[in-house]
Amino acid sequence: MTDYLVLSGVLFVIGTLGVLLRRNALIVFMSIELMLNAVNLAFVSFARQWGDMTGQVIVFFVLVVAAAEVVVGLAIIVNIFRTKETVDIDDIDLLRG
Amino acid sequence: MEQVLFWLLAAGAVGSSLAMITGRKPVHCAVVFLGTLISLAGLFLLLYAQFVAILQIIIYAGAILVLFLFVIMLLHAHSGEGPVEKLRLQRPLAIVFSLVLLAGISLLFLQAGLGGPPSPEAGMGTAESVGQALFDRFILPFEVASVLLLAGILGAVVLSKKEGPS
Repeated sequence: MTDYLVLSGVLFVIGTLGVLLRRNALIVFMSIELMLNAVNLAFVSFARQWGDMTGQVIVFFVLVVAAAEVVVGLAIIVNIFRTKETVDIDDIDLLRG
Repeated sequence: MEQVLFWLLAAGAVGSSLAMITGRKPVHCAVVFLGTLISLAGLFLLLYAQFVAILQIIIYAGAILVLFLFVIMLLHAHSGEGPVEKLRLQRPLAIVFSLVLLAGISLLFLQAGLGGPPSPEAGMGTAESVGQALFDRFILPFEVASVLLLAGILGAVVLSKKEGPS
């Protein structure tokens, strides 16, 4: 069972690396999704370890939150692209349009 | 058999997620990310979470990734990264701190010393058992989740509406 948990840790760190290293907002967003997925894997592993369904139910809620986050986040990215013509997050450093 | 499958799926997940964060074109990243999601669904199956695995395929691969692909194709013209890196120390610092984080997480899990899991009860991870847990103890969070989804829909509509005379 430790294998699964360490794997989820590795995937989470790959996600953090993606957020920190990449400057394309879309790829940063996908890396955040990867981190959510890594945490899902940890939840499912713990559910298996203790034979408790709570872990799997929480994965369901994480999926709902991820879906809502993607919808709103992508709408924001499209809006930024409309006004600034870029999705490079280093170029988006002003609090005004 | 289970071990072999685990290592195959783990290699698939790690390899495709590394390819995702190093890929040049966003479209390639999205397609490679699909590989990560499918490997994770396979791992969920190995952990007796059939319903979650199917949800993973339907929601992530079917809905979220397609949305990503739509947006990537909508923005394709200038959706690359600029040539100039503004924060010069960010790259080495990010790698160092990520390795520290990885060491910390792995140490924590290795220290926990979890043994082999007990054999699962009959029907663990089916839609029936997940649904029973969901509607028994988590009925209020379930309703809150539906309100959250409604807020997400409204937010997307408001954000994507062009500003006109009001």
